[in-house]
Amino acid sequence: MMANRRQFLQSGASTAVLGLAASAGLLPAAAQAAWSKAAFEAKGLAEVAKALGGAAPVESAEVQLNAPEIAENGNVVRVAASSSLPGTTQVAILVEKNPNTLAAVFDVVDGTEANFATNIKMSQTSKVYALVKAGDKYHYAVKEVKVTLGGCGG
Amino acid sequence: MADPMRIRAQAQGDKTTVRVLMAHEMESGQRKDSAGKVIPGWYITEVTAQHNGKTVLSAQWGGAVSKNPYLQFSFKGGKAGDKITVTWVDNRGESRSDEAVIA
Repeated sequence: MMANRRQFLQSGASTAVLGLAASAGLLPAAAQAAWSKAAFEAKGLAEVAKALGGAAPVESAEVQLNAPEIAENGNVVRVAASSSLPGTTQVAILVEKNPNTLAAVFDVVDGTEANFATNIKMSQTSKVYALVKAGDKYHYAVKEVKVTLGGCGG
Repeated sequence: MADPMRIRAQAQGDKTTVRVLMAHEMESGQRKDSAGKVIPGWYITEVTAQHNGKTVLSAQWGGAVSKNPYLQFSFKGGKAGDKITVTWVDNRGESRSDEAVIA
């Protein structure tokens, strides 16, 4: 046991340690790799859509966005996004003026409704988008939400 | 280890609606402390839900999801007594998994 431990320590390289930890199930390596960093760092609707792998999104009446007109507290804004477009595979919630536009992406797996609700933070009054991927096209719905008290403590 | 999630799953007809409240700081990585230093981001990045072992929800989140996140979604095919498992992973690699039974 001790010899193993010594060998382990001598191998030293952090990648080896990380690899070992991952294989031992300590790090969700696969899960982390799936997180689309580029999309979460993109600014604005067009850039996020592009980072998610789509071209210019178009506005669609079949995408619904349920958000308050006025959010008194930008720390907790209830937003629901849904789609009645056939072949919807992804539903995302975006806040245009947040430091990072993308708030959440939901994959629509077979049998699950394209209808998700969550609470998000909004730094200031901004347009909120529901961005939906149906087939290989992106569609969106937009609504302006007024924020009385900013939620990013900036 | 974070506190347990509160999961409520209700079947109505062939549709099951799941509501989850998670306990997590969801530090956005945008805020600054009193010394003006940016507080490092600490938030849930991945959420998955399984119904009897089959994935019914898979989501990616950023730092803009509120503290102690709320999540609601629905899927077809659940019935009372079935098991729902919700798992999250945060950007520090911590994770938590909780179970609930469909009512």
